[in-house]
Amino acid sequence: MLPIIPILLIITFLVSIAALLILIWSLSKGHFNMGPESAKILFANDEVGSPEDPTLDDNQLKSFKNELVQVKTYPETSHTDERKNSFQEIDLSTYRVTKYLLISSIFWLVLGSIFGVMTSFKFNYPDWLTNYYGLTFGVLRPLHLSSVIYGWLSMAGLGVSIWMVPRLVKTKLRMELLAIVGTHIWNFGMVLGLTALFFGFTDGLEWLEFPWAIDMLFVISGAMIGIPILTTIKYRNVGHLYVSVWYIGAALVWFPILFFIANFPGVHFGVEHAIVNWWFAHNVLGLWLTPFGLSAAYYFIPKILGRPIHSYQLSLLGFWSLALFYSQVGVHHLIGGPVPTWLVTLSIVTSVMMIIPVLAVAINHHMTVWGYFRLVPKSPTLLFIVTGAMFYTLTSFQGSLQSLRAVNQLFHFTHATVAHAHMGVYGFVSMIMFGSFYFILPRITGFEWPKKSLIKWHYIFAVGGFLIYFIFLSYGGLIQGLEMLDINIDFDTIVKNTRPYLYARSIGGTFMMLSHFIFAYHVWAFFKSKNKNYSLGRI
Amino acid sequence: MTKTIGFIIAAAGILIYATILLVGVPYLQLKDQTIDVYNMPYPNESEQRGHEIYVKNGCVYCHSMQPRDKNFGPDAERGWGRAAVPSDYAYDYPHQLGTMRTGPDLHNIGSRQASKDWHLVHLYQPRAVLKNSVMPAYRFLYEEKDSDKIERNDVVVKIDKKYNKSGKVIVAKQGAVDLVNYLLSLRRDFPTDQLKIFEKRKEQ
Repeated sequence: MLPIIPILLIITFLVSIAALLILIWSLSKGHFNMGPESAKILFANDEVGSPEDPTLDDNQLKSFKNELVQVKTYPETSHTDERKNSFQEIDLSTYRVTKYLLISSIFWLVLGSIFGVMTSFKFNYPDWLTNYYGLTFGVLRPLHLSSVIYGWLSMAGLGVSIWMVPRLVKTKLRMELLAIVGTHIWNFGMVLGLTALFFGFTDGLEWLEFPWAIDMLFVISGAMIGIPILTTIKYRNVGHLYVSVWYIGAALVWFPILFFIANFPGVHFGVEHAIVNWWFAHNVLGLWLTPFGLSAAYYFIPKILGRPIHSYQLSLLGFWSLALFYSQVGVHHLIGGPVPTWLVTLSIVTSVMMIIPVLAVAINHHMTVWGYFRLVPKSPTLLFIVTGAMFYTLTSFQGSLQSLRAVNQLFHFTHATVAHAHMGVYGFVSMIMFGSFYFILPRITGFEWPKKSLIKWHYIFAVGGFLIYFIFLSYGGLIQGLEMLDINIDFDTIVKNTRPYLYARSIGGTFMMLSHFIFAYHVWAFFKSKNKNYSLGRI
Repeated sequence: MTKTIGFIIAAAGILIYATILLVGVPYLQLKDQTIDVYNMPYPNESEQRGHEIYVKNGCVYCHSMQPRDKNFGPDAERGWGRAAVPSDYAYDYPHQLGTMRTGPDLHNIGSRQASKDWHLVHLYQPRAVLKNSVMPAYRFLYEEKDSDKIERNDVVVKIDKKYNKSGKVIVAKQGAVDLVNYLLSLRRDFPTDQLKIFEKRKEQ
């Protein structure tokens, strides 16, 4: 038996000392002296003080700007033409690959939400579609999860990133062809993976259902999309890398490590397998999807408002503490389970420590919008992104709370955890992606959105549906949790009492699905109308 | 350039540090504990196929297999068994610990509900035995046969006429039989103090 605990204590002590020394060293070298100038790196020369939102027409933008200027803290207004795309040449270099990634992701979103709604209705009508294996609940659920996580959010995040990074390092995208081929392989992997699940080939682990051999396609194609982004960073024309680039660069380093270790067949066993499973599942959210969401928020909030981020130094603190703490929270999914106590304690401590990066990000995002909240509904892109940023703050604090033993005892094993997960991936990341898409597509094509009122309906259905989903399912989960702790209530009654909330979930989910239909239709109409407006983007 | 490389090393280093803590150390620690310490019978072929069907049908999405200690909830009082220990999972690959209890914990379903007929009916139509159940029916694991075509080896499901309006006899396919055999084999009711005795003996 290894003296595990003493070894751990010594390692942790040494790591803390080393981290302290690195911090002192980097302070003395001036690595943290990044002032307001670094925060302006995402603007072209004359863009500070000029708002930008390609979903608004000339008059709307003019009145948006006039109202912005009335707030005292607004930077001195520049006289640039807000309708002009100052990054036109860079956008030309990313046009094709961004378009492929974004359109593919929307396809997986629509498919994934159909799977999701079917899964939900299976609870309400458990005798519906029970004659065929591929349509049973236990198959539809991983089809839903895999479509939305690996199809929708991963491809959307990569698409937004590959568009954003060249703009932030002020050079054209390198190795575009490699990324395009990578996109096609990723799509191919999705088709293979979902087909395999449909016919019963599964690895049988939540979040890791795709057979591991197919997973290797994602490792390869992920690298084919990641390498062009990292190469572009290498050829940068800026002195400092903006915080969004940090998040994206790190995510591209982290994901292959995670995915490879968790999918490695034949090594893991029993309880250790469960630990790896949840270490991976939480890191996909924390170190892959969250960086995409946060980097886009860090880009678009200042960009749309024409105003640099509130505190740039804070954003770097937020980044490093996220990396350090998020990577260790996974085992809070197994509190009370047959895992070593020290491991659970470690994950609870780091889950609570997550308050630091979340606060850093929250202060930055919300303080940048502070004073302008009245204006948020007037810019559709900003509305989506600010909503997403708010859900990030909420879901993260909820996550820290739920990791505490006493709270976990109540919510663990209940439907409330499903609601919480959806706040993270839908309320936070998906909302930010929606907003980003509405901004990016006009920029890379030069087209106008053909029916701008549809953006509003997309927002109402998505957020409204999600709130129905979240509120009812969380409350139902709370009731379920309380009843499960009460031995006087038998299990059949507990199930009966959750059923109304499962209905509400299906209704909320249906609204979310409808919002995606609106979104997909609008994007289709966008490309079909070819509604050219040269001032917006590509010539 | 050095800054970029330093950044990548730092980012990867943090994750590797977390991996050592959350994957490496538990691997070493649990490798010793997950052994066949109490002669849990090795699953037979039918039970192994049953485990595969359990995995393929995603039972884990609604059923946990990890009763908690009484400090965490009345799991034992519900008849779900003592708190789980790593050795319970010695033969499970992939693991099916589960984190949802839409349905009850199944760690000891074999000792709690030992009736083969009950399980066969329950899988065919859960609402025939539990009226509030939201569990899907697994009809694709069964077939309908005319009563005069029943063979000697056919496993006939004793289902109430109310739930079978076809007028035919419901026969369990091999998959359903395997799955039920697997469920019946889930009996982790061996007291853990004998585990401690074993560990002490090993240390000596």
